[in-house]
Amino acid sequence: MLTERSRRIGEADIMNKKIYSIGGLFDTPDSIIHAAEEAVKEGYTKFDVNTPYPVHGMESAMKLKPSLIGLVTLFVGLSGAAFAFMFMYWVSVVDYPLIIGGKPFFSWPAFVPVTFEVTVLSAAVGTVAVMIAMFFKFPNNAHPLHDTNYMKHVSSDRFGLNVVAIDPLFDESKVKDFLSRAGAKDIEIFYEPERKPIRVFDPKFIGLLVVIATVTAGVTYFTLNKLLYMPPFTWMAEQDRLSSQSQNAMFTDGFGMRNPVEGTVARGFTPYEFKGQPDSVVRNLSNPLPFSKEVIDRGKMRFDTYCSPCHGYFGKGDSRLNGQFPNPPTLHSDKVRNWPDGNIYHVITNGQNVMPSYDKQITRDDRWAIIHYIRVLQRSLNAKDTDLETKK
Amino acid sequence: MEYQKKELPDKVKNAGFLFAGIGLLLIAVSYLLDPRREAFNNIIGLTFFASIAIGALALVALEYISGAVWSVPFRRVSEFIASSLPLVLVFAIPLFLMLGMLFHWTHPEVVSADRLLSGKSPYLNIPFFIGRTIGVILVLYVFYALFTRNSRKQDESKEQGLTRTNVKLSAAFMPVAGIGLTLLSIDWIMSLEPHWYSTIFGVYYISATLLAGLAATTYASVSLNEAGYLIPGVNKDHYYSLGALMFAITNFWAYIAFSQFLLIWYANIPEESIWFVMRWEGGWKYISIILIFVRFVIPYAGLLSQPSKSDPKRLKQISIFILIAHFFDLYWLIMPTFSKTVVFSFYELGFPLFVVGIVILAFFYQTKKHNLVAVGDPKLQRGLDFHL
Repeated sequence: MLTERSRRIGEADIMNKKIYSIGGLFDTPDSIIHAAEEAVKEGYTKFDVNTPYPVHGMESAMKLKPSLIGLVTLFVGLSGAAFAFMFMYWVSVVDYPLIIGGKPFFSWPAFVPVTFEVTVLSAAVGTVAVMIAMFFKFPNNAHPLHDTNYMKHVSSDRFGLNVVAIDPLFDESKVKDFLSRAGAKDIEIFYEPERKPIRVFDPKFIGLLVVIATVTAGVTYFTLNKLLYMPPFTWMAEQDRLSSQSQNAMFTDGFGMRNPVEGTVARGFTPYEFKGQPDSVVRNLSNPLPFSKEVIDRGKMRFDTYCSPCHGYFGKGDSRLNGQFPNPPTLHSDKVRNWPDGNIYHVITNGQNVMPSYDKQITRDDRWAIIHYIRVLQRSLNAKDTDLETKK
Repeated sequence: MEYQKKELPDKVKNAGFLFAGIGLLLIAVSYLLDPRREAFNNIIGLTFFASIAIGALALVALEYISGAVWSVPFRRVSEFIASSLPLVLVFAIPLFLMLGMLFHWTHPEVVSADRLLSGKSPYLNIPFFIGRTIGVILVLYVFYALFTRNSRKQDESKEQGLTRTNVKLSAAFMPVAGIGLTLLSIDWIMSLEPHWYSTIFGVYYISATLLAGLAATTYASVSLNEAGYLIPGVNKDHYYSLGALMFAITNFWAYIAFSQFLLIWYANIPEESIWFVMRWEGGWKYISIILIFVRFVIPYAGLLSQPSKSDPKRLKQISIFILIAHFFDLYWLIMPTFSKTVVFSFYELGFPLFVVGIVILAFFYQTKKHNLVAVGDPKLQRGLDFHL
């Protein structure tokens, strides 16, 4: 009674459904090849063959044209290669040039492995994606052949041929007739599946989301807060060394790092022997740098960085700080102009009045370069008449 | 369908004599005019010849060990090409007499003044050097003799156990051939610059060797099959497999060659990078750039598409091209030691022509004695039924 009723409902459903294809099952690879040849002879173009393993000679029996998917692979692969190469060029030459291993910024041999990897990756992923989108008509995940007796067999022990309804010669009875003539055993009609709307607020789905969220959060919490504090994961953190912000029990002052021995000189550093002494004792120091364009350019750069905030870009003492502090002095005064280089060096190194010492900020050579530049500024405002004569 | 043994026409023999004759003439003239230069070309000739013969032998062993069936119908072609293997020693004999002219580690006063060379002298000394070359060729020849003896016996007896014996032999052959080719390449090519070393160099030569053996086999197989000397049944799918293998090994060569270059370029250690600097100065730069195209880009593009791998005309062109490229590769490896500037004239042509002639003649005389198809091989029918 019940089965009778469900069968009738099933039939009623079928009446409203669209036919997708008609398929038949064959027993041997030879018979399926023969059937495919017959289908071609019959004039069918939209038919497909399903076999449990690749049957040799099927392509020529079905008169399949070479697939165009290779062109997709080529195009996506070349695009990936071009993208990877240009991206690396942009990163390492245009946007963030770094010297690595003394090599030029555009070191193309180093780009080759990454370009190769991206080419392979994009070609593979692109091919699969295009295949799914074009041939499986993504996001259709309910193919009419799914869950059928036909599919059950063609994926294990038998060979199937099905003629799809979009074929221009498709006619239900003619196709059935053709299949039985070709030797098919079980002929089946496949219908387009009914498309059910997807319900986002399905309680089962929501419940699943909640379970996933809880599990993820729990595992994350356990890993980060508990697991990492258990041995053996703690072995790396617990080592024989002084952690930061903790006291050293070995030395009485409690510091982990030892101060260098009194009088230690850092590598490449020349101590200033007149530190804290009156400027009169250093007048005989002379500028070791040559008076060249490179040195003056360097001096200008350093002057603009460190001196100009107070003394102004031209050394006139007219910077924007003028009026907020005791006014910085001009460097064009007779006093400064007549100072020997050593005296200016002493002031930069030692500081004077409000001006702090700059020996930590400006290296020794840069100080001398600045002094050359100050001399240039001074000369420019107090040019002698002889300077105006053209050089002969 | 049955295999019918046919005699190869005399024009094959004549071509062989023509190549060998012209080559020998050029070699003789060149040795008279500039012995040192021709000795370097002799090394190119030796390594070129060894590549073709050992590469073909490696293909035979590869077929046995991998259980391949598609290559059985033309395995004999590889065997016949490999039959020229002992003649490689003939190429080495004049060089043994001139080692002092070629390798500066042969001079005791140089070695004793040089710490690196004295450290290497337990390996780089003349008796061991000569012993290694003779030893490698002879050991590989023993394998050749065993493989072919079993295979020929099988032609009569159809005994399947002989195939099994050869499978075991090929398993032993693989490491021996790998080490042997590494030794040959280190001795004859790398030790020209005894301070320089590259740990991948043996693999570089092995990839080139496989490619050379395969290209020679492909050219001969396709030509013989088109003229009807092989067993009927060899079709496009067999051609496709030959093409695909050539394509694969071309890529393998490029991978190895680039790996060698990238690591040396990246580390930039003077004693390693000097080797590439030598190949970037005095016009060698253009040879290096041309090599990339000749050895990789052109064969790659020529074999990339599916139809081109099964097109007999294309296969013959590409396999000849690959052999020329292999010669060009060896020229690039060896000649910068001889000359700081690029030199190329008739001196360089003698040895490749001679080698080609010798291989053709060796092949021709083998076909007179033996079947061109391994008719007794149990895999032959499956090989003929092979479909992609």
